Amino acid sequence: MAETERSPGLLEVIEQFSEEASPIDFILILEHWPLFLEGIWHTVVLVVLALIIGGILSIPLAVIRANRTPVLNQIVFGYVYVFRGTPLLVQLYLIYHGLGQFDFIRESFLWPVLRDAWWCTIIAFVLNTAAYTTEIFRGAIEAVPYGEVEAAKSCGMSPLTTNRRVVLPNALRRALPAYSNEVIFMLHGSVVASTVTIVDILGAGRILNSKYYLAYEGFIAAAILYMILVYFITRGFRVWEKHWHAHLRPREA
Amino acid sequence: MKKFYAAMVGFGLAAAMAVAQPVKAEDVLRIGVEGAYPPFSWKEADGTLKGFDIEIAEALCDKMGRQCELIEQDWDGIIPALLAKKYDAIIASMSITPERKKRVDFSNKYYNTPAKFVAHKDADYEPTPEGMAGKTVGVQRGTIHQCYMEKVFPDTDLQFYATQEEIFLDLAAGRIDAQISDSIQALEGFLETDDGVDYAFLGGDQFDLECHGEGAGIAVRKGEEELIAALNTAIQAIREDGTYKAINDKYFDFDIYGVESGS
Repeated sequence: MAETERSPGLLEVIEQFSEEASPIDFILILEHWPLFLEGIWHTVVLVVLALIIGGILSIPLAVIRANRTPVLNQIVFGYVYVFRGTPLLVQLYLIYHGLGQFDFIRESFLWPVLRDAWWCTIIAFVLNTAAYTTEIFRGAIEAVPYGEVEAAKSCGMSPLTTNRRVVLPNALRRALPAYSNEVIFMLHGSVVASTVTIVDILGAGRILNSKYYLAYEGFIAAAILYMILVYFITRGFRVWEKHWHAHLRPREA
Repeated sequence: MKKFYAAMVGFGLAAAMAVAQPVKAEDVLRIGVEGAYPPFSWKEADGTLKGFDIEIAEALCDKMGRQCELIEQDWDGIIPALLAKKYDAIIASMSITPERKKRVDFSNKYYNTPAKFVAHKDADYEPTPEGMAGKTVGVQRGTIHQCYMEKVFPDTDLQFYATQEEIFLDLAAGRIDAQISDSIQALEGFLETDDGVDYAFLGGDQFDLECHGEGAGIAVRKGEEELIAALNTAIQAIREDGTYKAINDKYFDFDIYGVESGS
C-alpha cells in the first residue's frame, strides 16, 4: 500500500507532464487510441497486401525484363516507366477521381470495385510497388553469375527449371537489402491513402487534429507510429538476411 | 552630462515612437480564408479569390480603415495557422461553437444559415438516426457537421474529407449515400450546378446548439479584444449602411444574416 502512494502511475506522470511542461497534449492522443489502432490496421493491411500482390506480380515481369523477351519486354518497360515516372499521389488521384468521372466506368462491372476508396488505393499501391520491385529483381537476376546458369544448362535443366532452381532463389536473396528500402518507401508512401478518405495512421492523426483544432498532436502521434513500424520492418529484414545470406558470412573458426 | 544622455535617450525614444506609430496604424491585417467553399469563398481560374466571405472581409477592412491581406489556408489547419500567427483573423464561414471557443475568440456572427443533408433525389430513407443507420455520409473534417454527426448519428458511417468540393465529387460519383453541410453552400455549390441535378435536400434543417453554435463569426487569437471590438463595430456598420445587403444580394435572394443578434 505504501508503495502505491509513493510512486505515481505512469499515466499520472504523463498527465502531469502534458499539462505542465509540454506544449503537446499526450493525454488527448492516448485517449484516442482506438482511432489510431484503426489507423494502424488500415495502414498495415494496405501495405502488406500491396507488397504481397505486387511482389508476386513483379517476379515474372522481372524475368521478362532480364531475359529481354521480345515484345513483352517493351510492354513491361513501358509499364515500369510510367509508374516509376509519376508520383504515387497522382496515380491514386487518377484511379480514384479520374476513373470515377466516366459514366461508362460508373455503369460497368468495375464500378463496385472502383467505387470503394479502399480498392482504388490497393490497385494504385500494387501497380506502384510492382513497378519498383520489377526493377529491383531485374537487377538482381542480371547479377546472378553466368557460370551458375551455364552449370544448370549443362546439367540439362530447361530454362524454366533453371529459373526456378538456380536463378530466382539466388537473385531474390541478393535483392533483399534493396527490397527492404522499397518496403519502407511503400509504408511511407501509403500516407496518400488518407487523401481519399481512408483512415490510415496519418488519417487518424488528421482527424484528431481537426477535431480539436490542433497543429501537431496528430502528426506527432503518426510519426511515432510510423517509426515503430519501420523498426519492425528493419528488424524483420535483419533476421531474414541473416537466414538467407548465411552462406555469405565469413565462416566461424 | 547625465541629463544630456537622458534627454538624448528620451528624444530618441520619442522619435522612434513617432516613426513607429503611423507604421503600426497602417499595419496590414492578415485574414485567413479558405478558397474552396463556394459561394462563400472560391478561387477563380486566374487565382483571384471570390465569394461572400471574401467580399465581407474586404468591406470590414474598408470600414475599419485598415489594409488587409487575404491568405488562403486549407480548412484542416485554419485554426492552428491562426494560433501560429500566420494571419490575425479568420473569415471563412466559421461557426461560433463552444469547442472552438476554447482555442480562439469570436466576433459576433456575420451570418447564420442552417445545415441540411443532401442525397440522391430518389433516396428512400428518413434523415433520422434510425433512417441513416448503416448509410455512408460524407463530412468535412473538423466542421460543426462532424460534431453533429458524431453526436446525433452514432450508427452512421462517416467518411471524412478535407474540402467540401471533394465531398460533392464523391457524392456525384455515388461513393457516398449522402452528405451534410451548410444548406446554402450545398445549394449554390452543388445542387444548382450540373453535377447536382439528380440530387436534392434530404429532410429539413439539422440543428444542435452545442455543435452548430450561433452562426458564422470571425475568429481571432484569444485576448485580442481591440480587434474583436473593431470587427463587431464594422459588422454593425456594414449591416446599417447597406453594404452588407449589397453583398448579400449578389449571392442570395434572402438575407442570410438570420435573426438580429441581441448582443
